[in-house]
Amino acid sequence: MNASITPITMPKFGLAMTEGKLAGWMVRPGSRVKAGDDLADIETSKITNAYESPGAGILRQVASDGETLPVGALIGVLAEDDVSDADIDAFIARFTAEFATDDADAQDAAAAEPTVIDVKGRALRVLDLGHGDATPVLLIHGFGGDLTNWMFNHAALAEGRRVVAFDLPGHGGSAKDVGDGSPAFLAGVAIDLLDHLGIGKAHLVAHSLGGAIALALAGQAPDKVASLALIAPAGLGPEINMDFINGFITADRQKTIQPVLGYLVHDKSLIGRKMADDILRYKRLDGAVSALMQIAATCFPDGRQADDLRPVLERGDVRALILWGEDDEILPVRQSGGLPPAVTVDILPGVGHMPQMERAADINRTIGTFVAQ
Amino acid sequence: MSKKSFRQAINEALRQEMRRDPRVIVMGEDVAGGHGGTSGTVDAWGGVLGVTKGLLTEFGEDRVLDTPITEASYIGAAAGAAATGLRPVAELMFVDFVGCCLDQIMNQAAKFRYMFGGKARTPLVIRAMFGAGFNAAAQHSQALYPLFTHIPGLKVVVPSSPYEAKGLLIEAIRDDDPVIFLEHKVMYDDEEEVPDEAYTIPFGEANLTREGDDLTIVAFGRMVKLANEAADRLERQGISCTVIDPRTTSPLDTDTILDCVADTGRLVIVDESSPRCNMAADVSALVAEYAFDALKAPIRRVMPPHTPVPFASVLENLYLPSVEKIEAAVKAAMGHRVPEIA
Amino acid sequence: MQIARETLLRSYRAMRTIRDFEERLHVEFATGEIPGFVHLYCGEEASGVGVCANLTDQDTIASTHRGHGHCIAKGVEVAGMMAEIYGRRTGVCQGKGGSMHIADLSRGMLGANGIVGGGPPLICGAALSHKTLKNGAVAVAFYGDGASNEGSTLESLNLATVWRLPAVFVLEDNGYGEATGASYACAGSQKARAEGFGMPYLECDGTDFFAVHQAAGEAIAHARAGNGPAMLHVRLARWYGHFEGDAMTYRASGEVAAARADHDCLTIFRTRVTQAGLLDGTELDDIDSAVRDEIESAVIAAKQAPLPEAADLLADVYVRY
Repeated sequence: MNASITPITMPKFGLAMTEGKLAGWMVRPGSRVKAGDDLADIETSKITNAYESPGAGILRQVASDGETLPVGALIGVLAEDDVSDADIDAFIARFTAEFATDDADAQDAAAAEPTVIDVKGRALRVLDLGHGDATPVLLIHGFGGDLTNWMFNHAALAEGRRVVAFDLPGHGGSAKDVGDGSPAFLAGVAIDLLDHLGIGKAHLVAHSLGGAIALALAGQAPDKVASLALIAPAGLGPEINMDFINGFITADRQKTIQPVLGYLVHDKSLIGRKMADDILRYKRLDGAVSALMQIAATCFPDGRQADDLRPVLERGDVRALILWGEDDEILPVRQSGGLPPAVTVDILPGVGHMPQMERAADINRTIGTFVAQ
Repeated sequence: MSKKSFRQAINEALRQEMRRDPRVIVMGEDVAGGHGGTSGTVDAWGGVLGVTKGLLTEFGEDRVLDTPITEASYIGAAAGAAATGLRPVAELMFVDFVGCCLDQIMNQAAKFRYMFGGKARTPLVIRAMFGAGFNAAAQHSQALYPLFTHIPGLKVVVPSSPYEAKGLLIEAIRDDDPVIFLEHKVMYDDEEEVPDEAYTIPFGEANLTREGDDLTIVAFGRMVKLANEAADRLERQGISCTVIDPRTTSPLDTDTILDCVADTGRLVIVDESSPRCNMAADVSALVAEYAFDALKAPIRRVMPPHTPVPFASVLENLYLPSVEKIEAAVKAAMGHRVPEIA
Repeated sequence: MQIARETLLRSYRAMRTIRDFEERLHVEFATGEIPGFVHLYCGEEASGVGVCANLTDQDTIASTHRGHGHCIAKGVEVAGMMAEIYGRRTGVCQGKGGSMHIADLSRGMLGANGIVGGGPPLICGAALSHKTLKNGAVAVAFYGDGASNEGSTLESLNLATVWRLPAVFVLEDNGYGEATGASYACAGSQKARAEGFGMPYLECDGTDFFAVHQAAGEAIAHARAGNGPAMLHVRLARWYGHFEGDAMTYRASGEVAAARADHDCLTIFRTRVTQAGLLDGTELDDIDSAVRDEIESAVIAAKQAPLPEAADLLADVYVRY
């Protein structure tokens, strides 16, 4: 392979993704790009996401807008001016030939799928990726979510490290009993899961209500928590968008759920029919809606958050990072204010309630660095 | 979640609803089978294609009732039982047998609520097999969903896959109106991932199995599968299709059909039922009336000819819509020259 | 069998109500004010009332196109029925059913029925509900000699026996299916049909309340006890045509007059109870007078009642759509 040519391949966003559509190049052919620049919009069946350049160079395109390609297929190359077209053509031909034979292996690797395990009599759907000596990470999603909320992050964080995502009780493929629905109860389940998996201590990466659960867990069992990386966490202020919570609970059709999901993100075009379909599929399971209602009744009585978990951070015994989208429409970004100086707070402009999807690469980099410290 | 066949998905839906609600009963010809035989074996069949197998063993003779081969009386009995406190799921075996009991469906169950000034609830489900492809010939192969769709008071479900079948059947059983639930007999061994838990899929909301820019295909029941295969082939040729599975023909999600036609401007309808007054005709009329300005090409319909379903495979294959016929119709709508399909 | 005084008074009132209701409809229909068509039960009152005197609100009946009598006998409210027949919004079916579809499930009345042979299968289902829910109730299908030949009826006799249902099939044999005589249309014998399906067969004079009450009581007790279905063959005569406007040219002159003169169930009842000292003539006169007033006010109210509204057209096709 010519070292001066960098292949750009169809990325894999999340586990279920086997192919993606090149929705549109964001850079003209022949332009110079550097690592981290947005190269193209990649559309999966669930969401459209910007693909960031893995390296620097001049973009030479291979795939055209609108093409659907398997994960790992070549969509373009980066090369310097001095690389000849002939060399590039040869590179592309060789890559494509090798990709065809590698394709089967790639499919096998992609077969890592969540499993449902029994944790103290409770069925939990878990996805356990990566291994290494570094302290493991536990990913805790938010209200109404599931482990696929981490589709853009899980594999990236799991390079050289065990990273476990699971569906909270009442969510996704886990059993629908949520106890009293409190963060404390759900934190207890997360502790049970860590024990079951033989994880003595973990970094908790948590989103939204998952943030409140992580804080409750750190409060209950600080020795199990290596650090807290909290994305738009609940538990730091009273306000919450109840139009979202109630709408999410009651909406049962595409037409009613799509506007509700719009609250989640800054760029509303990210919300597609397929994403809504996946949420509706979950919500239509017996017991799902009543689980959500129980959680909402306990966590957000009278339209305000019941739990103030700031004391956990104020205690100062757990290293913490807070990430928040400036345009969050569910939990206002001002709730990130007034925290102890030791807590790093990172506000992301132009981002809504789902930074881990809206700015996956930034979030992966920031959290990757944070947990590596 | 695990892979389940269309047959297993339906069996599981029945089983879970019978566990959940003691008022749910199952009745029909040989839904268990073996009663009165000389071997003493009961649950001999579990339905002619094994869909209700095992229900008798779990729920007993009071809730799984084999009937004599007398459709008028037992379908009528299902209607009467539904109006008086049970939630029967009656199996008509082959939908073609509706000729023997249409009065009980059309004049009785469908009309109770309206005739009685809103005072009746008739939570009745009638399951039946339909469709060609089995060399079952003219009296065992019809796709009669338009017949039921025509009758106010009935809801009509035509599931297109195992996942769809389970959720829609549970919805049907929990619904308080009479529901006709039609299972394509060629699909019983089709498999896909189906949740182990009970879940519902609401009536009157179409499913988009894929989204495309160039053309909208509306397909019913097994035709959804064929439409998706055709769309896969067309995608490779640069034609991107939206495929709509309406799930229920009554209620019909007209909004989604009209929205998609407005987006794509072209429409192909795939309907296994006989061509006069079928769903393709109904959807064509809808689009012609409400989305005329959006149309960039004439609507194309892929349907059987106006004949009974023939027996011999060579004729049955000619009779049925196919991936090739759908592909040709889409190309025709896209303005390609299209060879005549023999 | 001793019949309670209360039951006698209630039954007489029901029979008188049916008679006056139907006679009044006969008059009012001729004025052209009643839409559609009506089938009158005059002359057959003792049948419906004699059977229903053995039933409770938990028991279910299914009726026929000639259903007014069964409705009244089962306790459906008269003013609501009259308003329904006038096509008014205050009718028991909000003016959307009319004469042939009067129903009141709260009274166990599963509907009159415009389809000959429509009721017996439904009654198998109602009986199945009672049996499955173990509520001790029975279900009764009224059907005519015309319906006795319908496949749906014959299938129901079979199914009720196969499933050992608490069902009673009350065959009201007035000798005519529309304009065709039973002697032409009904092959064999009804008794042999019942026996062919292995169910008890009882027969009675449908103009004699006591005979109907007795026979129906036996048939219903048989079914209620879990012994399976029974058939009750009630012989009677209808005093009017198949529907109002039927000139009845197929009936011999004097046939109806003789029935009215010699087989009026109300007269027979009155004679029987007063002679036996069971009831006093003045009590019956009081009922007659009260019923006259009730029918009069039902007609006045129906004529003044509001018509259905445009929005009603679309309402109640489904519970939810």
